[in-house]
Amino acid sequence: MEIPNDLLYSIEHEWVRLKDNRATVGITDFAQGQLGDIVFVELPDEGTELTKENAFGVVESVKTVSDIYAPVSGTVVAVNKDLESQPELVNSDPYGKGWMVEIEFSNSNPEQNLLDPDQYAEQCKNQE
Amino acid sequence: MSQNISKNLKITPLHDIHKELGARLVPFAGWEMPIQFNGVMAEHICVREKVGLFDVSHMGEIEIEGKDAKRFLQFLLSNDIDKMSNGSILYTLMCNENGGVVDDLLVHRFLKNHYFLCVNASNSDKDYEWIVKHAASFDISTKNTSAETSQLALQGPEAKNVLQPLCDFSLNELSYYNFKKGKVDGVECIISRTGYTGEDGFELYLRPKKVSQVFRSLMRQGEPYGIQPIGLGARDTLRLEMGYALYGNEIDNQLNPLDAGLGWVIKFDKGEFVGRESLLKQKEQGLRRKLVGIKLLTRGIPRSHYRVLKDGEHVGEITSGTFSPVLNIGVGMCYVSIEYSHLGTRLDVEIRNYFVPAEVVELPVVPSHVKK
Repeated sequence: MEIPNDLLYSIEHEWVRLKDNRATVGITDFAQGQLGDIVFVELPDEGTELTKENAFGVVESVKTVSDIYAPVSGTVVAVNKDLESQPELVNSDPYGKGWMVEIEFSNSNPEQNLLDPDQYAEQCKNQE
Repeated sequence: MSQNISKNLKITPLHDIHKELGARLVPFAGWEMPIQFNGVMAEHICVREKVGLFDVSHMGEIEIEGKDAKRFLQFLLSNDIDKMSNGSILYTLMCNENGGVVDDLLVHRFLKNHYFLCVNASNSDKDYEWIVKHAASFDISTKNTSAETSQLALQGPEAKNVLQPLCDFSLNELSYYNFKKGKVDGVECIISRTGYTGEDGFELYLRPKKVSQVFRSLMRQGEPYGIQPIGLGARDTLRLEMGYALYGNEIDNQLNPLDAGLGWVIKFDKGEFVGRESLLKQKEQGLRRKLVGIKLLTRGIPRSHYRVLKDGEHVGEITSGTFSPVLNIGVGMCYVSIEYSHLGTRLDVEIRNYFVPAEVVELPVVPSHVKK
């Protein structure tokens, strides 16, 4: 199970890549493995305001429907349109081609309440 | 069958093999069963294109034997038992007095006075109690043989090629909805040409002590054909593409099976059977709704209980839905008012807070390949 060292994580199994005032967000390798084959991803439109810890989208596998939660607050500035026709990218490349949204965040301390790779690995171990 | 004590779930004799093969195990009908191995989509396509092997040992088996066996089953079940011959199988309903369904099942005739039923795992105990209750005035013996019977399903276009070298009789002699006793890999089995997938295939009934051996032999024999172990996730998507009913979704003890299009297994002319009066009355009143196939026209996945609308009006509810790996679109089944049940009728499926356009389609939504 992959947990890249250059990312931060939420307890709801989202990952965050921070760069300047932008955050790229997706779901983790652990999450995609738990969900199974992903067949549908529902993401917000550009310009949507997101509130940290609120659900902003849905990822569906054959058997389940799961909410995706915003790890930071801000405005959606980019959405991965490839996931419309290729939702399976979330399974095959959750940290790369399976990225979901890019958020321009509003709070000055976006790392607040996010986990570092070791803390996230610990959480996954406890959940297995 | 043994107890997984920590979770209070039953496990089949193949539990260790499931874990060995990397199964994702989940609770189902009181059992811990594999929902998937390699992935639901890959397993589904494997069954459609090659061959897959399912552990369905959680299903229930009930044996009926005795002088009144035929008369009893004729009274208990909706289909015509009189039409059966030795080695034949019938799909049938077992109804309650109100015309609702206690279970849908397969009845197998060994001899005129000896049968066995294969029933849904979720209804196993309930069905046996129901049978015992109704057996009181008949000269028969009933036995719940579920605990001493394991079951495998081998399904797919290559199923016959995989099974034949291990089987001691020619499978060309075994036609659809018939069964025969024989040996698979030297192990005594009942082999039936049945399945829940819409592909050619076989179901094997055998002793729990031997099922691991037969499972491994079939996997070995199937290797050149690309055989995969298949979980319950794909079992559901496969039957959904076929439009096969699932007890608890399309049929239950309240829903009218005539609405579900199951009139073909309800033989009013055969004489008295449990539920006949209620069902006949409903038939004579005319059906007001119908179970239809639904195909979404844009992205989205229909799921059980999602509302179905016509011009903003609520006209039905999805009973089962999924993403079809073959068609790459959301498909499902739902009950709608009769006037909206014609093929091509445009409907909307409410998914969360938006409406996805859909249309009524024929079932099965992909071709069936059973060897009728």
